[in-house]
Amino acid sequence: MLASLARVLPLLVGPILLLLGSLAQAAEPIRLWHAYRGAEEEALTEILADFDGAPVETLAIPYDAFGSKLAAAIPLGEGPHLYIDSHERLGDYRRRKIVVPVGDALEAGAFDPVALAAVRLDDEAWAVPLSRKSVALYVNTALVDEVPPTLEGIVALRSSLPKGVYPFAYEVKKAYSHAPLLHAFGGHMLTDDDRFGFVGPEAEASVRFAASLVEQGAVPANADGGLVTNLFKSGKAAFAMSGPWLAADLGDAVPYRVQPLPILEATGRPMQPFLTVEAVMLSPHGAQRDDVRALARHLAGAAAAEVRQRRARTVTARLDVAPPADDPLLAAFIAQAEQAIPMPTSPAMRSTWEPADRALAKVLRGQADPASALEEAAHRFDDVRRPPPPPASPLPMLVILSALTLWGAFVLVQRARQPGMRERLRRSLPAYRYVVHAVLAVGILVILPLVVGAGTALFAGPAGETQYVGLANFVDILTARGGPLLSTGSFYLVLLVTLLWTLVNVVFHLGLGLGLGLLLARPLLRMKAIYRVLLIVPWAVPNYVTALAWKGMFDQQYGAITGVILALNDTLGTSIEPIAWFSSFTTAFTANAATNIWLGFPFMMVVTIGALTGVPKDVLEAAEVDGATRWQRLTKVVLPMIRPTMMPAITLGAIWTFNMFNVVFLVSGGDPDGSTDILVSEAYRWAFTREAQYGYAAAYAVLIFLLLMVTTRLLERTKGRWDRAGRGGDS
Amino acid sequence: MNRESSLLERIAVHAALLLAVAFALYPVLWVVATAFSGALTPEPRALPVPQEPTLEHLREVVGGSRELADGTTVWLFGRQLLNSIIVAVSTAAVGVLIAIPTAYALARFEFLGKAAGVRSLLATQMFPAVASAIPLYLILDALGLLNSRTGLVLCYASTSVPFAIFQLRAAFEAIPIDLEEAAMVDGATRFQAFRKVVLPVARPAIAVTSLFAFMSAYNEFILAATLLDDETMFTLPVMLQRFIGEYDAQWDKFAAGALVVSLPVMALFYLVQRHLVAGLASGGVKG
Repeated sequence: MLASLARVLPLLVGPILLLLGSLAQAAEPIRLWHAYRGAEEEALTEILADFDGAPVETLAIPYDAFGSKLAAAIPLGEGPHLYIDSHERLGDYRRRKIVVPVGDALEAGAFDPVALAAVRLDDEAWAVPLSRKSVALYVNTALVDEVPPTLEGIVALRSSLPKGVYPFAYEVKKAYSHAPLLHAFGGHMLTDDDRFGFVGPEAEASVRFAASLVEQGAVPANADGGLVTNLFKSGKAAFAMSGPWLAADLGDAVPYRVQPLPILEATGRPMQPFLTVEAVMLSPHGAQRDDVRALARHLAGAAAAEVRQRRARTVTARLDVAPPADDPLLAAFIAQAEQAIPMPTSPAMRSTWEPADRALAKVLRGQADPASALEEAAHRFDDVRRPPPPPASPLPMLVILSALTLWGAFVLVQRARQPGMRERLRRSLPAYRYVVHAVLAVGILVILPLVVGAGTALFAGPAGETQYVGLANFVDILTARGGPLLSTGSFYLVLLVTLLWTLVNVVFHLGLGLGLGLLLARPLLRMKAIYRVLLIVPWAVPNYVTALAWKGMFDQQYGAITGVILALNDTLGTSIEPIAWFSSFTTAFTANAATNIWLGFPFMMVVTIGALTGVPKDVLEAAEVDGATRWQRLTKVVLPMIRPTMMPAITLGAIWTFNMFNVVFLVSGGDPDGSTDILVSEAYRWAFTREAQYGYAAAYAVLIFLLLMVTTRLLERTKGRWDRAGRGGDS
Repeated sequence: MNRESSLLERIAVHAALLLAVAFALYPVLWVVATAFSGALTPEPRALPVPQEPTLEHLREVVGGSRELADGTTVWLFGRQLLNSIIVAVSTAAVGVLIAIPTAYALARFEFLGKAAGVRSLLATQMFPAVASAIPLYLILDALGLLNSRTGLVLCYASTSVPFAIFQLRAAFEAIPIDLEEAAMVDGATRFQAFRKVVLPVARPAIAVTSLFAFMSAYNEFILAATLLDDETMFTLPVMLQRFIGEYDAQWDKFAAGALVVSLPVMALFYLVQRHLVAGLASGGVKG
């Protein structure tokens, strides 16, 4: 009986378990990540409401965090089952193993062949296309009756337009928006075999043409995306090159229509923009679930495409969805998408932007001719793409590490055997009770990640394909990758800039902070609380916002500083020229430093106020009774008394400034030509814009660490000697 | 003590402070102007005045609500503000609580490993975090603390501990040791002396240190965006960052959001600075 039960039981239990398992699976929601906002997000919500499968949890992620979040979560089996992203990321994502082929999620024969080709890697579809995005030409119909068919024709309108109106606005310094011009000249950004394509006669001709547009005043020189929007929105640009996002911003501010980009008369070819295919991608764990693939099919289905088209006016990637007849804007973007060139999916594409942007900017500033600037860009691209050093044997490092460990253990044992050591240890025990939780918290959550991060410095290669290379990264950095030791971007030149940066900032932070702190500590000062609160405002507003505000103020054409200069010229009759802040090292460095001084002085001021509360009044009174002048009281009594409290803040302030990445990155962005970059922003570029070479970035981080460590040790020693000498003099 | 200062001197002091206030506020006023502008005409202007004033951006940033999976509707901005405040306050509390005893031990005790400990604390501040995000993610995953406010608070608090220790250690060292010794002569234990005598005197320093920890947690964005997987758990900086897209940035909304985000900090500082005054007035140390 029992035996037969034992035989039957698995048969009974098996299906129940299976049923439970499928129930559990059905109940587990599907996680979908996207970076949509506004109308596109509403469209997505509407589309998901029609999906009858497992519940879907969506997460809207800031665009800046998307890639790194995917890369952190998916390898752990966390994160989304599927996500919506641009097709050009596929090459990189495949290498990092955070995307898999879509299999049956792709409906055969339903999609535009170009869009489909864009999501294919090695003859397999790695994403399901949703929509196609590209820039097109916006026309202000109040300013222009008849649209010339050529770019040259548009430029020629300049004489007939009202004063202060640009014929054409686009981000002339960005390689992305330069691409249509490059394509019209017959050039390309990346060759089929992953080499830098933005060189040679076609590329030079396109750059020369862009420079002539700026020179003639046909195109604003320093426009970024926001300025292009504002120029067009306020009727100060007759034409603009921008994407569908501009239409969302325009509302009914100006009468406009959209049409495909014009033809370049010089070559007779159309200006073809880059095409981005927005697509659904599956994570490895998501792709295994039937309902996740069903959701991908639903998102890319005809009904969903209709919703997106109607609500967010996006260009579908499907063949069987006709655009509504009454939407000329959508029709124009469809026509443009048909003509656009899909962005290459190769990871090498991402490495083209930085050198190409810099070369364009350099030529437009008039600091280089096209040929040499593009040559330099190609060189930079090769520098980033250079093959990783050969894999090394980890044996020498292991031997060194074990030798060090042994030696450390030996020293420890030696010390422990010293007489009195036990006694000292016993006497230390009470103190350990005070520090144990700090040791645990800092050890696990701060030091451990840093040590592991530092360990990656011994590995090289793009993310997903790293291998152990020993100290090759360090050798590479310290020999300036084989170039001249003081060339742009070399470790030593960047180090000099970093030292200057730290010095200038710390001096001003301390000067302003100390001065204001002392003024605010005056006992009878009126409105003290108001001053204090107003003066910490720079510190209270998130710094990524104010750094961008400063960048806007430094704009040569429309910035507030130019506004002030013009106002001065008007009232005082002076004739100061507006300054092009980001075209020379000195002015760009000054702009960065001004921003960071502004951001940092309140901190030092608050520290000073805090330290001054520790100065007993009777000491001051005693000094005054002794007949000390005010200056003497300050330098001989107050400053020496607050010095111990201030020192940690000053030391740490210097270290933080040395590693202040935000301001440099957001204000000058390294302009001109990478010269204002500091060591840590170089490190970030290697990690995030130069093909995710984390090992290389980590090697920079380790070098920064060693530099700071050695410097502080040296300072400590000198200070110690001074202190001892001082005491010696006293006794 | 000669407290009356001449009229001229008082004017000079106020002039210097007003100049500093102008320097501090000018860029922020541009953020304010942007936040309230209905249109942004590109023209060089010297004064930050909103163009076509509107409250639209503010309303859009603050007003959004979200329907949850269970059908309830939440006021998203309110939820995120609450998250930010919970996270920042807990960070300040946890960070300072961890730092206080350690700082005290460093100020008053001699023990084995003290010098090495101080050096490692300083060392943590020197290492750029460029390569440590993924290891941190793995550790939090192992601890089961991903996508939780607790995990975020623990990370922020640990990060703020080294600076807090340095700040407080200096403050404790500035307090004359006689105070505690007197208490201990009166029969207090070391810990009682620390709690009843030292901590009250160090209150201004503790307030300033907590403010630093609060600020760093309140404005942090990268870690929060990486660790949190749920919109109702996001902190405000993550919400703000969403106004910057792949191709376009909505500066007006970004600015409006930034203003709302910084108001609680200013309010908090106003409270803390009164505390500072209190510390100053009571004098505390009468060695």
